Amino acid sequence: MTDYDASEFLLLSGIQHFQFCERQWALIHIEQEWEENVLTIEGSHLHEKADDPFIREKRKDVLYVRGLPIHSSKMGLTGICDVVEFHQDENGVPLQGEKGRYLPIPVEYKRGKPKKDQSDILQLVAQAICLEDMLYCPVPSGALYYHEIRRRVEIEITEELKAQVRETAKRMHDYYRRRHTPRVKTGKHCKSCSLRHICLPELLTKESVASYMKRMMAE
Amino acid sequence: MKKLLTTLYITMPDAYLALKGENVSIIKDDESIGRVPLHNLEGICTFGRQGASPALMAACIERDIAITFLTTNGRLRGRVIGPSNGNVVLRKTQYRISDDEKKSAEIARHFLVGKLYNSKWTLERMTRDHGLRIDVEKFKKTSTYLTESMNQLMSIDDLEILRGVEGNAASAYFSLMDDMILQQKEDFFFKGRNRRPPLDNVNALLSLIYTLLATDVGAALEAVGLDAYVGFLHRDRPGRMSLALDMMEELRSVCADRFVLSLINKKQVQASDFVKKESGAVLMTDEARKKIFELWHNKKDEKITHPFLKEKISWGLVPHAQAMLLARFLRGDLDAYPAFFWK
Ligand code: SF4
Repeated sequence: MTDYDASEFLLLSGIQHFQFCERQWALIHIEQEWEENVLTIEGSHLHEKADDPFIREKRKDVLYVRGLPIHSSKMGLTGICDVVEFHQDENGVPLQGEKGRYLPIPVEYKRGKPKKDQSDILQLVAQAICLEDMLYCPVPSGALYYHEIRRRVEIEITEELKAQVRETAKRMHDYYRRRHTPRVKTGKHCKSCSLRHICLPELLTKESVASYMKRMMAE
Repeated sequence: MKKLLTTLYITMPDAYLALKGENVSIIKDDESIGRVPLHNLEGICTFGRQGASPALMAACIERDIAITFLTTNGRLRGRVIGPSNGNVVLRKTQYRISDDEKKSAEIARHFLVGKLYNSKWTLERMTRDHGLRIDVEKFKKTSTYLTESMNQLMSIDDLEILRGVEGNAASAYFSLMDDMILQQKEDFFFKGRNRRPPLDNVNALLSLIYTLLATDVGAALEAVGLDAYVGFLHRDRPGRMSLALDMMEELRSVCADRFVLSLINKKQVQASDFVKKESGAVLMTDEARKKIFELWHNKKDEKITHPFLKEKISWGLVPHAQAMLLARFLRGDLDAYPAFFWK
């Protein structure tokens, strides 16, 4: 498979939307329909961090890098890591301007608490893949920090998870290329969906337009 | 459903609009005569020669508030809208269909079926509510004719033929317009549609209200990402909001005609609200326009149950509901465009 050109990169953070609902992802990322400006908010959030890019902070054997722009040409995704911790490790890789070898651990900060679905994990795994592709080194683990419960959850980056992320990225690109917005699949998630008034999931349960027109005209 | 936001109408000649903090400031003779907070506005509509400051335009663009500039007669001069309005994917589908006469006809047909249905029920409503004052038999006959034409439309897939059937039905319906005027008959009469300029009071009212409705429908279409200028029934003409006019067809009688009739029949407008120019053109006074905008606004707050969505929404959101349904159809999520039926 050939690599994606930078102009074709999709936002890595879209994995979360895609996981939540493929249609929601398409509405936001393909059709650019967004409520409360999801992307704008995200953009400014990134911007804050971009103001002090590559803040390196060294504590003992760990180097902390914040707001690190990452991408993977193989997956065709681009994004920003909240924090990457580079731990000194024999199995790691040398870093420009640092002594020794390092292994990166991506850490993603979340405002809420751990979710029932896998979206946070998959986003983290996508970051890990980007780091692997960029640094040519293994990224065996990552972490999610949940602000609401002030807890850090370590995540093992398994081959299965990576395969799942690659598969997801492929599907996202396939939809994007076809400019395809999947049909509604209603579910509990629709209740908390910020795009429901554009998506109108209730319509699914409605009669067909043909029968509606017929019925009304008969009156 | 989306929240109903307000459109601010500015009718005073020579008033200038500026940004003051988070407000639109209305300035006349270098003095601020009023302020409206931007946060619950979805549009600003100005009639006349007023201008707006670049700072205000920038603030409105940022907040997705469209500014529409109209002449005193309600002709569109231009609009200022933000960049996030268009949905490229949706628009390309719209253009593709618009280029295809057969597919355009399928959508146009539903707009027109909606139009005839609603015209028919406007007549039926009259016979029910004012049966003692009107020639019921004449109304019933036209109503039946509208039903027949409507059914006929469903099997036509040629735009020209659709327009022909609709044209005849529309003139049958309009031939009863004068009968529906039950008050102030000496000042308000209808002998046919004329515009540019309107030559009598009723036409002046109709022109104004059609303009308001078209602006609302246009804004609703743009808000869901569609291009209000590319239509299916009305073909493209530079500067004409063809799709807005298409979609307006279903709403004309129920939203506009009935509103105009109630203004007259409830004596909310009087002969003194109109001025006849030497050229024969009829103009409305600023006070009259102001009064009408207020009433129009109240009307938009009234609730109805949307026939397809089966959801209670305000009249003012009907254009939005229809625009969303059209977008849904263009995305391939609905088998057709569901017309808005009122009765
Ligand atoms: S309303 Fe439901 S189906 Fe529609 S985008 Fe949201 S989650 Fe997906």
